Amino acid sequence: MSFSAADKTRLDEIRSHYHDARAASVSVMRWVQRTNGYISDEALQDIAEYLRLPAADLEGLATFYNLLFRKPVGKHVIKVCDSVSCWMRGYEGVRDRLRERLGIGFGETSADREFTLLPAVCLGNCDNAPTLMINDDLYDRVTPAGVDAILEAVRGRGNDRG
Amino acid sequence: MRFWRPFAAAATIVAEITPVLTRHIVAGEPPLDLAGYRAVGGYESARRAVETMSPDEVRNIVKDSNLRGRGGAGFPTGVKWGFVPQGPDSPSPKYIIANGDEMEPGTFKDRLLIHGNPHQLVEAMIIAGWALQADVGYVFLRPEYEAGAHLLEAAIEEAHAAGLLGDNILDSRWGFELHAHTSAGRYICGEETALMNALEGRRPNPRSRPPYPAIAGLWGKPTIVQNIETLVCLPHIVANGAAWFRQLGLTEDSGTKLYCVSGMVERPGTYELPIGVTLRELIYEHCGGIRGGRDFKAAIPGGASTMFMTPDELDTPLDFTNLEKAGNRLGTAGVIVADEDTSIVGMVLNLMHFFAQESCGWCTPCREGLPWIEDLLHDLVEGRGREGDPGLLGREMRMIGPNSFCALALGAEGPLLSALEKFPQEFEAYVANGSDPTASIKATAPPPVTEVGS
Repeated sequence: MSFSAADKTRLDEIRSHYHDARAASVSVMRWVQRTNGYISDEALQDIAEYLRLPAADLEGLATFYNLLFRKPVGKHVIKVCDSVSCWMRGYEGVRDRLRERLGIGFGETSADREFTLLPAVCLGNCDNAPTLMINDDLYDRVTPAGVDAILEAVRGRGNDRG
Repeated sequence: MRFWRPFAAAATIVAEITPVLTRHIVAGEPPLDLAGYRAVGGYESARRAVETMSPDEVRNIVKDSNLRGRGGAGFPTGVKWGFVPQGPDSPSPKYIIANGDEMEPGTFKDRLLIHGNPHQLVEAMIIAGWALQADVGYVFLRPEYEAGAHLLEAAIEEAHAAGLLGDNILDSRWGFELHAHTSAGRYICGEETALMNALEGRRPNPRSRPPYPAIAGLWGKPTIVQNIETLVCLPHIVANGAAWFRQLGLTEDSGTKLYCVSGMVERPGTYELPIGVTLRELIYEHCGGIRGGRDFKAAIPGGASTMFMTPDELDTPLDFTNLEKAGNRLGTAGVIVADEDTSIVGMVLNLMHFFAQESCGWCTPCREGLPWIEDLLHDLVEGRGREGDPGLLGREMRMIGPNSFCALALGAEGPLLSALEKFPQEFEAYVANGSDPTASIKATAPPPVTEVGS
């Protein structure tokens, strides 16, 4: 792939908020990920060419940040808060139910490509612990029994990537 | 005792004084737009500052207000601003950055301020920008707050159209641009020099100091980084004066404080209260006490990097000065409460897992030492602990913190060393029995993660 004219217009708009191409790199990668789900090797080269930066520099950033993906992920990314307040209020039961229902561990994608399961650092929703985020939506005071209904509601739904 | 309306609580506590920072935030309602914000007096402080006060006067009022940083370090804002070179020969452009990379476990106040009243933050940035004679401002947000970034972008656009941002603001001949930046998720980006590397598009490792950011920060230019809550105090200080802000506090510290209470209380939430409320009042008067009437065991007062407090510390005022006197820190005021059933070793293991994972990997003591600490705790909770392990944990931690490059590993010291000192019997129980018979919420080791990032 390479960027279409429409893509470039959008990327130029993102670029305009930044001092230089390097400063824009994370926002450009996030936009590509939102569009394609992850940053493929080919996309990384395209971004490098667009920004006129070494691909290795972008790779360094992509592998540093928790939420830039260099491998394909499922249609819905589940981020389960594993920080202390959620742990105290029952995170482990929620996590175990998710792993059991999806048949996957952290960092893995379900066989039907619907879900990727990730641990997340404190989501800033501790008063509603245990909490998780699916795509951009937060779920409050999740119980193991409530996990099934959440998965059912999300499964088959499109995501809002763009 | 003064009770304020708690933001997130269901029960009504009679308010004697109106909240300041959260006054126009209503749960479940969209934030005020420009017209709505102006209707409640919004942007009047920015106008007052830019039209009637010199930058020097604004810096002085902030200094007199004794505003201290709400992001964790508690550094006096006015003092920090004094380090920025001013005058016709000073370097430019100058930058002001709002740090909204809120990832300190147990902290959820900036989320509320960003999502609940984005125009208040824009106004605060204009005031800070004027005071520092900055040219460009950035609001740095964690990726999970992207909804807030969109609200903020809408507010910035409205303010721009109204002539409150851009060139020649309010006919002052001063120009100021404001941008929202959404990051891609790493705790270390909240460290101000790592944050500046992140904004430059470099790998976000912390930088060495000196030079301090106020002298040479973003792209080598004078830069001030402030926490969101610190910044949104500014419109209120400009409107009501330094003396008013000082008298808001119950102790020698100034202002109100957003206390985020989580863990084993009946009503967790964000409570805007006069700074200096005691831990007892916060838990028992505002949060409805410990859930199910259980006993209080311990609390961490200010996010993952602060020290455990025990029942004999319930009457300590939660402010900068008194917690420092007690050898602790207010941190972010993310108060995490443990009840009699909670394993302190379990909390510590969870926190050490967090710090080990979020180490940026730049310096060896932190990168190698924190996982080693986590492994030792892991062994302890799975029954492989050995005689002397608690002492070893303490000695190792004391070596890692002071020998590492930035404050991340020093943050990990807080909960671990205070737990070892205040709850030695819980560690010894794991050494002796491989479990803590007193805790029903048990310590367990985290599961492995397959990398999707590389």
